[in-house]
Amino acid sequence: MDVTKFINPTVSAIKPSGIRKFFDLASSMEDVVSLSIGEPDFDTPWHIRDIGIYSLEKGRTHYLANAGLMELREEITRYMYRRFSLAYETNQVLVTVGGSEAIDLAFRVLLSPGDEVIIPEPCFVCYEPLCRLAGAIPVKLETKAEDEFMVTPEGLEQAITEKTRLLVLSYPNNPTGAIMPEEAVRKLGEIIKKHDLYVVSDEIYAELTYGGKHFSMAQIPELKDQVLVVNGFSKAYAMTGWRLGFVCGHPEVVKMMTKLHQFGIMSASTTAQYAAVEALRNGDEDVAAMREEYDDRRHIIVDGLRAIGCPCFEPRGAFYVFPDVRAFNMTSEAFCEALLREEHVAIVPGNAFGAPGEGFARVSYASSLDNISKALERMERFTRKLRG
Amino acid sequence: MENQEKLLRQLEKNAKISPEQLSSILAKKPEDVSAMIEDCEKNKIIVGYNALIDWDKTNRELVTAMIEVKVTPQRGEGFDRVAARIYQYPEVTSVYLLSGGYDLVVMIEGKTLKEVAHFVSSKLATIDAVVSTATHFVLKKYKDKGVLFQEEADEDKRMVVV
Repeated sequence: MDVTKFINPTVSAIKPSGIRKFFDLASSMEDVVSLSIGEPDFDTPWHIRDIGIYSLEKGRTHYLANAGLMELREEITRYMYRRFSLAYETNQVLVTVGGSEAIDLAFRVLLSPGDEVIIPEPCFVCYEPLCRLAGAIPVKLETKAEDEFMVTPEGLEQAITEKTRLLVLSYPNNPTGAIMPEEAVRKLGEIIKKHDLYVVSDEIYAELTYGGKHFSMAQIPELKDQVLVVNGFSKAYAMTGWRLGFVCGHPEVVKMMTKLHQFGIMSASTTAQYAAVEALRNGDEDVAAMREEYDDRRHIIVDGLRAIGCPCFEPRGAFYVFPDVRAFNMTSEAFCEALLREEHVAIVPGNAFGAPGEGFARVSYASSLDNISKALERMERFTRKLRG
Repeated sequence: MENQEKLLRQLEKNAKISPEQLSSILAKKPEDVSAMIEDCEKNKIIVGYNALIDWDKTNRELVTAMIEVKVTPQRGEGFDRVAARIYQYPEVTSVYLLSGGYDLVVMIEGKTLKEVAHFVSSKLATIDAVVSTATHFVLKKYKDKGVLFQEEADEDKRMVVV
């Protein structure tokens, strides 16, 4: 029987993530040094895990309020104020299963069939498929190395049409490590205001900026109501496996998202939510310590890549470097595959994050210094061979 | 000074880190980093370098004991003199002065239980100022200087590519 006829063509048409192929190849090899992992190498700080365990001991194994444990939502409002001077009420917060669920819900609540969504690329892989599932049309906006992979006001203006409803902003950026400084965000803000658009700002890496604090578009008072901030615990608190994110935004948008979340999810993991309360109450120092460690590695890897002839602009956020490999006259994919096969170093081809990523590769420094040194040595040998 | 603290924290974590890596982290030339390290060595801020070894994985027989020592402090010298008498012995790997129920804690290493016991009864307990000792033998080392000693310590639990 042909089962495929039962499958929604929109779903069939979605391309699988480009990272998958590398995962399969790398998994089949021994002795792979992987700088391709998009999650912290640190385990969740012990005091946070401990509270998760304690919640289980106390029998907190039941559903929670749909929008999330009230205690946690209160802590989130305090956190957003403490870190980003953003004041929200608890009815403006929804606790989700990771940032990805939040993005999915946001698109389904905000978009109608035929609406256009501007998605700056290179970017994390989920926006386009989730946008299509919401029936909307993704409009790619290329960001360039010479602009330090920021969205420029001119680029944004050009991408806007009568059908544009939404801009996705994803800074600090995966895969480029780019950030958008306050000045640049304000300039985009003027265009958003002018065209009366809505913004989904994925700020999952907001805690990981180096040499300057993250600035959210929601910090512009007249835009606050039309910016939905997506954040979470995965990257800042090394809690990827707990699957916990949150959004802050206008109460009406959050209410609609909560309605969908209630039907699709019920409530995010209870254990994770109790642990997250501890993270927000007592985790600032852990975040600072991890940030410092990433920063040390960032310096080593940027210097190391430049030394072997892979130019890269200085990434000032997240834990990725995005070196330019065009000098080797190969596609990103060919470069990364040869590097993996010959030297057993896994990095991700830039085109996995959209066509503008072609010519680049994502190198993650969420890995021990030992691993980074080993990878750099192997990459040095590899690039020397390529040059002949 | 801030740079020196950063340098020291790096070396405390990993004494084998290269001057080139430190140079990236501190944004200083490798020569300057080497000079800073030499300076710290000269001023005894860095007093030595050790490898953390899990002897249990080798054939070497090694017994470690922690001994609580109560002493009578001596006029004019406090605890320092008796501490010095104790730390001269090569078997003694660490000596700390503590607050609380006893005064000194002495870590010693020997080949056998007998050797350690002999050291305590014949050398340590016989020092005039020593009032009493209590010896605890180490059964297993789980963590030392911030480093886990079990296999799982370095294991990357993540998927290879995500």
